[in-house]
Amino acid sequence: MGQILLNGIVKSYGKEVVVKNLDLTVETGEFLTILGPSGCGKTTTLRMVAGLEEPDQGMIKLDDKVVFSRNDGVVVPPEARHLGLIFQSYALWPHMTVAKNITLALKEQKISKSEIADRLKNALEMVQLTGYAERYPSELSGGQQQRVAVARLIALRPKILLMDEPLSNLDAKLRTEMRASLKRLHRDLTATTVYVTHDQIEALTLSDRVIIMNEGRIMQEGSPYDIYHHPANIFVAEFIGDPGINLFEGKIDNGKIKCSDIEIPLPENFAKNKGRLIVGVRPEKIEVSETKKNGWQEVVTGIIQPTGANTIIEVKAGETPITLLQNGFITLPENSKLWINFEHDTLSFFDPETQENLRNNVG
Amino acid sequence: MWVEFMAISAGNNKPKFWSIRNIFYQSYRLKNRPELIIGLVALCFLSFVVLVPLLQIIKDALTFQSYDLAYEPDGVVGEFTLFHLDRVFNQPISAALFYKPLLNSLKMGFAVTVIALSVGFCLAWLMVRTNVYFKGIFGGMLVIPYMMPSWVMAIAWLSLFKNDRIGGSEGLLTYLTGVQAPDWVAYGFFPIVITLALHYYAYAYLLISGALATVDSELEEAGATSGMGKWKRIRVITMPLLMPAIGSAIVLTFIRILGTFGTPALLGLPVRFFTFSTQIYASINARNQGDAFVLALVLIVLAISFIWINSRIIGVRKSYVTMTGKGFRKSESDLGKMRWPVTVLLILFLCITVAMPLILLLWESLTLIPGDYSLSNLTTYFWKGQGDVSLAYGEPGIIHNKGILGALLNSIKLGFAAAIFNGILGLLVGYAVVRGRGDRLSKWLESIAFAPYIFPSIALGAIYIGMFSTSIGPIPALYGTFTILILITVIKNLPFTSRTGIAAILQIHQSLEEAARVQGIGWFRRMLRIIIPLSMSGLVAGMLLTFITAMRELSLIILLISPGNMVLTGLIFSYQEQDMAQHSSAVTLALVLIIITISVIVRVMSRSAGVGRLNVT
Repeated sequence: MGQILLNGIVKSYGKEVVVKNLDLTVETGEFLTILGPSGCGKTTTLRMVAGLEEPDQGMIKLDDKVVFSRNDGVVVPPEARHLGLIFQSYALWPHMTVAKNITLALKEQKISKSEIADRLKNALEMVQLTGYAERYPSELSGGQQQRVAVARLIALRPKILLMDEPLSNLDAKLRTEMRASLKRLHRDLTATTVYVTHDQIEALTLSDRVIIMNEGRIMQEGSPYDIYHHPANIFVAEFIGDPGINLFEGKIDNGKIKCSDIEIPLPENFAKNKGRLIVGVRPEKIEVSETKKNGWQEVVTGIIQPTGANTIIEVKAGETPITLLQNGFITLPENSKLWINFEHDTLSFFDPETQENLRNNVG
Repeated sequence: MWVEFMAISAGNNKPKFWSIRNIFYQSYRLKNRPELIIGLVALCFLSFVVLVPLLQIIKDALTFQSYDLAYEPDGVVGEFTLFHLDRVFNQPISAALFYKPLLNSLKMGFAVTVIALSVGFCLAWLMVRTNVYFKGIFGGMLVIPYMMPSWVMAIAWLSLFKNDRIGGSEGLLTYLTGVQAPDWVAYGFFPIVITLALHYYAYAYLLISGALATVDSELEEAGATSGMGKWKRIRVITMPLLMPAIGSAIVLTFIRILGTFGTPALLGLPVRFFTFSTQIYASINARNQGDAFVLALVLIVLAISFIWINSRIIGVRKSYVTMTGKGFRKSESDLGKMRWPVTVLLILFLCITVAMPLILLLWESLTLIPGDYSLSNLTTYFWKGQGDVSLAYGEPGIIHNKGILGALLNSIKLGFAAAIFNGILGLLVGYAVVRGRGDRLSKWLESIAFAPYIFPSIALGAIYIGMFSTSIGPIPALYGTFTILILITVIKNLPFTSRTGIAAILQIHQSLEEAARVQGIGWFRRMLRIIIPLSMSGLVAGMLLTFITAMRELSLIILLISPGNMVLTGLIFSYQEQDMAQHSSAVTLALVLIIITISVIVRVMSRSAGVGRLNVT
């Protein structure tokens, strides 16, 4: 129950192709996040699963049932797909009370009154809004409105949950709270969930599996761990991680890669290669020392940004800027000297031509 | 294999349009997109009631008709002919038939537009941007002329200035002073322009004050901080922002003036001062429909070219911006010493445009012998008399008069029917246009719903005579029926109601409906539970407007009414034609009171029902 299958999906608006030949399977009970910058086609993909947009081409199956097939001429309307969707704007009906918002669809389904009352009570309990049944949406805070939207879903008990940036209208603190409660919701309903967001933290914290999309294509799919540690290409490497990954382009020369101001020794299997290479290293993977160490690169500090638990340190090796991330609350005067070191097994290597990862490091 | 073949054969990766699978697919698709179905049905219906009649009169104007045999016995009915064009444009009779009415209509249109716009603009400025006294009361009073038929002022004018030229009774002026008003004061161009301007200023006032209220005074303050003087700010900042509203007011007023019938008929016909509209009426009455059709077509061309010129000057995109009532911080300039004088001036103005006509109508309706305005001559006979053979051809007073009561019922029926059909049609058109945005269908629908705007009322009436005087397929001849009155009223009001509908649906975020869709709620229930409740406030306002317009309409339906489908406005006109001033005054007064009462009730009801307080995201 609850499997989603997309096969060869193409969607364009006018001349602009927004989803390009997309294949995707979501397993029963899985929490999948589609992550990407705005305009990458992620929301369109979600809306095609819901039936709110029609693909130009391809096939969509829900629970082994074809709900869309261009070639077989099948289009099942969203009304008949029986899934749950949370909108970015929550889409609460402003002229109905919380209770009516939650029960409208149940009444349309001719469910018995006592059952409806049970489900309403249960749903309100689950989102901790008991007592708010007679309020109007405009009388609720943003977070409460969001929970009503969730309660509306719970009451319907769908096997598939679709969420379209449900947290993006909340302030930062509330977002962290609601993130946890969405994860709980997924666990309690054991529903297959597709979650669309441009926020990498949401993607990394919530998902069993993450799909990164850009310009209508899947750039990488994998576990949150994988996409963070083994980015498949430069796009993913740069998109994931905050502060962003350091990238250095240089020429392979004598077992080392020479960039304009730094030299990084290469692991053996790369040392024999020729030509140019891009090296990527996450800010927190760079070793830092305040005292001079042999073979380490000398750098000069620039702006220091302590965030509380961590500190972002911008440094320069000659003219090359490098970002470092260190634990703890660090204060350093500008233009201090530091020494940094790159470990082989923390580096990623990309082909400058294809932008693809040449060797996934072992992290 | 099949898939690949299709993908290759259609370059853009889509199956061929006419393949069987594609037809299946398209029909499935249609089932999922109610807005397409509604759009298609609405488009077909509107083409039938808007475009087909237009083509029909073009055809009739260019073919030989049976009624032309009186002039050319040798003609073959149905054959192509330039006979009508020749008669209208190129014969000795053309001067009286076409050129003089054209000149009169244009002169009248320009004069009324200029006066109405200046008056409306000054009033709007006073009400929105100055601290004149009694704004609340004035605001309500200023729009009363808008609720009255445009020719009420003409009837009042006649009560005042009627002279002995056409016989019958004389007006108040003659009664009080013994002086006969000269012809140019009593009839023709001058009184027509004055009375129409005193009605149409309300349109300009409403549009411009609405726009003025949305001009954020911060914009002007920004101008002030960059060193502009007061007049420069008005010229450089405020006026350009008002131009779209002023443009719409100009177009609206001018086209309405071209199509207006009542006032030029009441004040122009006695001295044979013809405008386009009265000439069309005369031609139809003389059974020269061909002439009337040509004149109607010229009128439409005039209206279109006027809209075109206006949109060229103001800019197509800007000329019809809808004004919302969103409030900004407004700066009111202090009138200082002029505050009281200006207020008194406003009171005087309202006395002339609102109080005086109503009082004159009341007085006129209470005089036993017309022309005698003394207190001893007062009577309630024309309100509750039983019918006396010696008085007014034995017509009973209003409350005992079957003809009047029947017409009253018809008018109310017409108002309600038009309001309801317009409400539904406006909502559906709005839904189809907004939800289908981006599709060609949506664009076509929007344009065709707007098309009746460019048909001056009297021309649309002429078109409907041409179209519905015989049966078309399963539709019987509608001429003389009540249905045709409803149909033409609904169509004429469609540009406004579909605009209201579009605005109402635009306010409802698409996700509100989509949320219902994914929860399994079907289209009809969605409309009922979500779309209609959320668009109610806009719809009620639009329907109220339609109701008022339908109740007071004369120009549009004058050509289509007959004893069988008589409405109050038509009845008033015929009383006036028969010089039964008391009856026409009494019925007019009753009509105005009914319109005002009903609109007040609807406003109060919709306010207490909470419509308009919704916070629609």
